[in-house]
Formats: sequence, structure tokens, C-alpha cells
Amino acid sequence: MEVAVFLLFAALVLVSALVVVLHRNPIYAVMSLVVTLVSIAVLFVLLGAPFLAAIQVLVYTGAIVVLFLFVIMLLNVSGDGSTAFGLQKIVAAGAAVGFSTLLLVLFWGRFEGLPLPPLEEADVALRPLARALLGTYLLPFEMVGLLLLAAVTAATVLARRADREKT
Amino acid sequence: MSFDLLATLAKTALWMALLLQVTPIMVWVERRGSAMIQDRLGPNRVGPFGLFQSLADAVKFLCKEDITPVEADKFMHGLAPVLALIPALTTFVVIPFGPDVTVLGHRVPLVVAGAETGVLLLLALASLGVYSLVMAGYSSNNKYSMLGAVRASAQLISYELALTLAVLAVLMPVGSFELNEVVRYQQGSFFGLLPRWNVIPQFIGFLVFVVAAFAETNRLPFDLPEAESELVAGYHTEYSSMKFALFFMGEYMGMATLSCLAATLYLGGWHLPGLSYSGPWWWVAAQGMGVLVAKATLFLFFFVWVRWTFPRFRFDQLMRLGWKVLLPLSILNLIAVAALTVAGVL
Repeated sequence: MEVAVFLLFAALVLVSALVVVLHRNPIYAVMSLVVTLVSIAVLFVLLGAPFLAAIQVLVYTGAIVVLFLFVIMLLNVSGDGSTAFGLQKIVAAGAAVGFSTLLLVLFWGRFEGLPLPPLEEADVALRPLARALLGTYLLPFEMVGLLLLAAVTAATVLARRADREKT
Repeated sequence: MSFDLLATLAKTALWMALLLQVTPIMVWVERRGSAMIQDRLGPNRVGPFGLFQSLADAVKFLCKEDITPVEADKFMHGLAPVLALIPALTTFVVIPFGPDVTVLGHRVPLVVAGAETGVLLLLALASLGVYSLVMAGYSSNNKYSMLGAVRASAQLISYELALTLAVLAVLMPVGSFELNEVVRYQQGSFFGLLPRWNVIPQFIGFLVFVVAAFAETNRLPFDLPEAESELVAGYHTEYSSMKFALFFMGEYMGMATLSCLAATLYLGGWHLPGLSYSGPWWWVAAQGMGVLVAKATLFLFFFVWVRWTFPRFRFDQLMRLGWKVLLPLSILNLIAVAALTVAGVL
């Protein structure tokens, strides 16, 4: 049963992720991204991490992808002209292949031969997770928050400047 | 089949049976209620008090022609109304309707999914609702539909923040995401007089929650995504027949679930002081569900009452209210509750 669910949703993740990059219509690409993210949430549940799954759906599909959609609809991006940026596509493909090779090499070297210990309830339950984030790793956690805040502030400043130049 | 699976199926069936009644009954309440408020009679011809009017409407919906615009994106146009039902038909799973009971020697919690993530799961599933509106608006190939979809996504994102922060403030003194813990926390009384319901200590959070709930369910005074006077019918302008009815059902069932959540978070949920919740398991379940439904009905009636009392906001007013009033208010409420919790008052 679990294997069947895993296979189904793993396949869904792969197929929908391919649709995200290959579909010509940006709305379809974004909707497919929703399927990818929800399927990954299902995989989290199978791994025994329901909290991560709920957060995944709440943050990514519930908020971030809606903003993607919002921007696409506001700018009214159409599906044509995808043959442009030929060079950019080649560079992007090269970078993607290079990055995944790098990751594979790194992980292979580290985990080869080791049986990976499965996640334990004590690692992913709410209280230990909260204690880790707001106790042991408080500084890195707050730094990530600060980084996000800085990015949002910078984006707002940039958007306002462009606005002022127009008027 | 294992006993647990059977019990889960039975609980799901009970919720489904109740939720599917919500739309026809609420449509009748809405039409008769609006008539009462506007000093009219309303539909009173079909059955006693016009109660069967909704049944006639359902038959009418099934018989109407289903039209898809020629230039529409047919795949998405068909998918959107189905997606509208997903949050409506999934979010009830974490709402408890009674204490744990013993059935044939098995311990059965009276909630479909007593997951540790509890109310987070509800918020996550509810947040998927926006996709059906956006899909409907985009695929219809109609300016009004598109404007409605853009408004809907902006509105839902804005008010979700305030709603979530208000919920968080309720959870903080409880120390758990599980709604049954929230219900347990509210048992007892203040000074032996008032029930220990969250609506009293967290009145500000309650106000924020209720206002945000109106925006999340696209109800007047925040029904901008389908404002008739500007957008014909917003995102569902190009829908007819049963597809339109699905949007309708999704909206009313979403209202019902949010009402149940509000009752659980702020009015003590299935618990009512004075009821003993003892006896055979079906009696306990009936008591719990009855109390929960009664409390949710208060909210549902409030939804109707407000709709026929207040005019619609302008979109900039809506955004200003969401970002400049409700969000700061919910953050202040969160800080205050946190301070009181640390001080040991709550």
C-alpha cells in the first residue's frame, strides 16, 4: 500500500515537474507546479513528517505559487515567443546538469555504503522541531528570517524607484 | 478491513452527509432571511414554508444547458468547478465533534484525522481554494472573469495572514495544534459564571477572525471577486448548469467549515457546560455533533444577516482594511496573548 502510494506520487512529482519546464503556457506551468508541490507534501507524509507536509502546502502552494499566478495574470504573459533566449536556455540546461552532477558526487561520496538511518518520530515531531529551531539553531534560523526580510525590503525599494521614474 | 479504517469511513460519511445538506438549507435560509430583512415574503410556494424550493432549484440546475465558451480553455474550464469542492470536502477532517468514545471495545476519537498538525492541515487545505477561482477566471477567456480571479487571489492572500495569526493566538496558551486540545482548554468557567470560552479573553482575535472569514469566503461586504455591479458575476460569469452549482456548493460548504472552526476555536467547540457527555457512544457523538452544529449555525446565520445589511466595500478599502487594520491588530493581539501566556494569566 505504502509502496503503491509512493510510486504514484513520485511519478506525479516527476511528470508534473517536467510539465512545469516544458509547457508553453505559463498558467499551465504554474498549475503543474502546484501538483508537484502537493505531491512532495504527500511524500513527506509517507516519510512520517506530517508537519513538514502541512507547512509545504501552506507556504508553497497556499502562498508563494499564488503570487506567481498573480504576477503572470497581471502581466498577462502569453504562451508564445518561447523560442527566444536560445543562449539562455543552453546556459540554463548546462548549469542544471552541472549542479545535479555536483550534488550527486557530493552525496555519493558521503553516503556510499552507509545505510541511512530513517527519520525518527523524535526528529520530526512538533516539540523537538520547535526546540531545535528556536533553541539549538536559533541564530541561523533568525539569520534566514533577516535575509528574507532584507530581500523583501530590497524588492520593495526597487519597485518603488521604477514607479517614481515613470511618473 | 480493520476497525480503525471502518470507523474513519463512518465518521467521514457522517460529515459528508451533514455538509452536503448545508447548501440547500443555507440557500433557503438566505432567500427567506433576505426576504425577512427586506420586508418581503421570499420563496414560499414549494412545500411547507418553501422548504423544497432548493430541491426544485437542484433539479433546474441539472436540466440546464451546460455552456462552455468557444474560445475558453476547455480543460481548465471543466477542472475549476471540481477543484472548488476539494477544500470544502477535505477541511472538516480535523474538526472534532466529541470526546474519545469506546465502540465495541475499541477507543475511537470523534474526529476524522486526529493529527498532530491539526488546524495547520485545515489552513493548508483551505488555502488551495484560490486555485479553482483563478483557473475559472483564466480559462473563461472573459475580462470580467479574469478581473474577478485577480481580485480573488489578492484578497485571499491578504486576509489569510490575519486569519492565520488570529488562529495562532488561540493556539498559543493551549500549546498544541490539535483542535481537541483547544476544546479541552475551554472547559471550565470564569468566576463560576461565564464559560471559559476563548471569545472572552481573545475578543480582538475573534473580531479579526470573523472579518477575515468573510473575506476568505467571498461573502458580502467582501464579495469583490464576484461584484455583480462591476464584474457581471466575476470568476463564474461563464459558468452555467451544474458547473455553476459546484461553485455555489463549494462556497456554502466553505462557510460551514469556517463556522465550525470558529465555533471550535472561540465558542468551546462540541463542549457545552452542563452536558455530561456520558452514556452509549452514539449518544455522546450525537450530543457533541448537535452542540457543534448549533454553534456553527449561529455563525452561518450571522453570515446571512451581514450580507443583507452592509453594502460592498471598494477594492482599495478592502486592501487597506486587510493590510493596515487587520494585520497590525492581529500581530498586536498575538504579542498580547504571548505576554499573558508567559505571565501565566491565560
